[in-house]
Amino acid sequence: MKKLLKIENWLDERFDLTPIRNLIEHKKVPVHGHSIWYYMGGISLFLFIIQVFTGLLLLMYYIPGENAAYESVQFIITKVSFGWLIRNLHSWSANLMVLFIFLHMFSVFFTKAFRKPRELTWVTGFFLLLLAMGFGFSGYLLPWNELAFFATKVGTDIVAVVPFIGEELKIILRGGEDVTGATLSRFFGIHVAILPAIFTSLLVIHLFFVQRQGMSEPEEFEQLSEKEKKYIPFFPNFVLQDALLWIIVLIGLLSLTLFFPWELGLKADALASAPLGIKPEWYFMFMFETLKLLPAHILFVEGEVVGIFAFAFAGIIWMFIPFIKFSKRKDLNSKIIRWFGLISLIYMIIFTIKGYL
Amino acid sequence: MNKKNLFNICSFIFLFTALSISGVTISDSEKSSKFEDECINCHIENEIMPEHFSKNDIHWQKGLSCAGCHGGDANEINEEKAMSKRNGFVGIPDKKEIPNFCGKCHSDIGKMQLFQARIPTDQVSQYYVSKHGKQLKIGNLDVATCTDCHTTHEILPASDTRSTTYAINIPNTCNNCHGNRDLMNKYNMESNQVAEYSKSVHGIALLEKQDIGAPSCNDCHGNHGANPPGVESISHICGSCHVNNMNYFNNSSMASEFADMEINACEQCHGNHLILKPNDEMISVEEESTCTECHSEGEEGYIAAELIYDKIKSLSSLYDSTKAISEKVNIMGMNNIEIEYSLKNIKQNLIQSRTLVHTFDTSEVFVKANEGILASQGALLLADNEIAEYFERRLGYGVAIFILILLAATLYWKIRSLGS
Repeated sequence: MKKLLKIENWLDERFDLTPIRNLIEHKKVPVHGHSIWYYMGGISLFLFIIQVFTGLLLLMYYIPGENAAYESVQFIITKVSFGWLIRNLHSWSANLMVLFIFLHMFSVFFTKAFRKPRELTWVTGFFLLLLAMGFGFSGYLLPWNELAFFATKVGTDIVAVVPFIGEELKIILRGGEDVTGATLSRFFGIHVAILPAIFTSLLVIHLFFVQRQGMSEPEEFEQLSEKEKKYIPFFPNFVLQDALLWIIVLIGLLSLTLFFPWELGLKADALASAPLGIKPEWYFMFMFETLKLLPAHILFVEGEVVGIFAFAFAGIIWMFIPFIKFSKRKDLNSKIIRWFGLISLIYMIIFTIKGYL
Repeated sequence: MNKKNLFNICSFIFLFTALSISGVTISDSEKSSKFEDECINCHIENEIMPEHFSKNDIHWQKGLSCAGCHGGDANEINEEKAMSKRNGFVGIPDKKEIPNFCGKCHSDIGKMQLFQARIPTDQVSQYYVSKHGKQLKIGNLDVATCTDCHTTHEILPASDTRSTTYAINIPNTCNNCHGNRDLMNKYNMESNQVAEYSKSVHGIALLEKQDIGAPSCNDCHGNHGANPPGVESISHICGSCHVNNMNYFNNSSMASEFADMEINACEQCHGNHLILKPNDEMISVEEESTCTECHSEGEEGYIAAELIYDKIKSLSSLYDSTKAISEKVNIMGMNNIEIEYSLKNIKQNLIQSRTLVHTFDTSEVFVKANEGILASQGALLLADNEIAEYFERRLGYGVAIFILILLAATLYWKIRSLGS
């Protein structure tokens, strides 16, 4: 203990640790009926940390390239000590991370935590979700297996329907006309360098905003008298509760890893016919299903183009929701926002389930 | 309208009616040439078309009409003039004349090349060295000639699935005569060849599995030059597909012994038309053994059979165990990629060992079988390791979960104490 104090003093002397000390000593977390949702962001962060560590370990053995990617992943899961564990942890935590980011986002949405002054926290969080989905899309192709190959083909084909620049976008994304080794190298670069750099920077900003502004209080909680408001200290109470949940998530993650290992499948073969059951990752499923259901033409525009623009439009509204006033009446505005969120959520759930039926 | 025009119109109406009644329909593309052929016009008109005439016949399809084979003048309206000897009419040939009748064109490379650049023209010469041809030459009209196998006016290329000479249809074509008991009895021959063949490994492959790569009658006996294979040629016939078996046998000490004893090489152990799927017991000294037909207990051949059988049997059962354990490993969700790879090698070793039986040399069989046994033992070891790791992973999981639960419980207790 004395040694730790010594180190603290040494650092304090040089860097003035007062802001950190203040944060630890004074930060409070409101206690109310929706407090459970405060932990979703923390769990997402924990899963991201697992992603970084397992990703770094995988990077030591993974070799990008048409003739080496599949074989290297096969080598990782069959020959490298605990390679199977690391690869499965990486795959499962990636999916869970996206799931918890979604939960975090919808909890923030329905508790209206995006209200002033947290608009930018919401916007950065939304970008973090898009980047996480980008991680998923680019990482899906890296094992270079049959399903991923054809799913990427379908996914990148969708980009091509964007008017005027679609075809060029597709070529840029694929690194050529088709999904080839060039696409794999490109996706590898995006997955291990470009996205982590952007994601980490944005995450730091997001966390800075959260720490700077503190935990949001729901409207009902705000209306309570100071006497009725209950708080717990951020440190150690909230941190310990966070840690407890992280352990529970880790138990779940380890169980999934052991009992439901992620299949590698067959190696991608560009000359083979597409296998049955090609589907994107579950978090793209609602969009994929919608595009599948749209007619070839809506009025004079291609159905897929309409679909893509509709999703882009909905996404923009979602991102700017803290800035949009649907009505001058505050209560009506809240109602519209709640219904918009509810309909979006139900729509996503139904179409995701439909994709697996 | 002059008389000539009136006659033409009447002729056209009459011909159209005749064609409609006879049921012979001619497509637009065929009309121009066929309408000018007076043989067809007249034969349709008089309803004396040859039996089984088919417009799918290869000759008809290639534009060759009646006069092409039967002679005569196809442009002549007058029946007598058209079918006069002066115009080269030969009519229906006698059975004895049929090979040369067809050979007029089929033995003439100049004519045949017009239809196919690399077409063979040795059918007739081959036919006359066949059993059928030799008999026909001495006046035996029971034997098959061209038309018996190819039909007369419904001749289709052998590649056409409807053809009597299409691989799958050949047993039936041969059986028309060779399955005729009365006819075969006349020549002291069996009439059950096709019945036996259809139960054989080749027959099942061709007739049931429709695998046209499987041998039909003509693949062993030849087609135009059909002959029963003799002692010398039988291993060559079987060896045209079973190359290694033939080479091993011909280089073995048994080859000369078989020849001296005038025993048909392959046929002695495997039979001829009823060739069943071989099994390991054939090389044993048990009931199904083919070795004990010649070798008695204590003899060198008898001992070799015992040794070879034991070795192959142990490799075969090791292969089965490895296959079963590989499936078990896969069901457990563990890695069986290398085991499956080894299994392919073991299977290859087993096939090669079984083929090497034809050397009748125990050391050769042992070398190959031991390779398989060694690979099998390696694969079983891999499987054992995977199964052990399966339980190790669960144990590790149990320990990790126990520690995590303990940690969670401690945290929970700490949180509660903080709350109070």
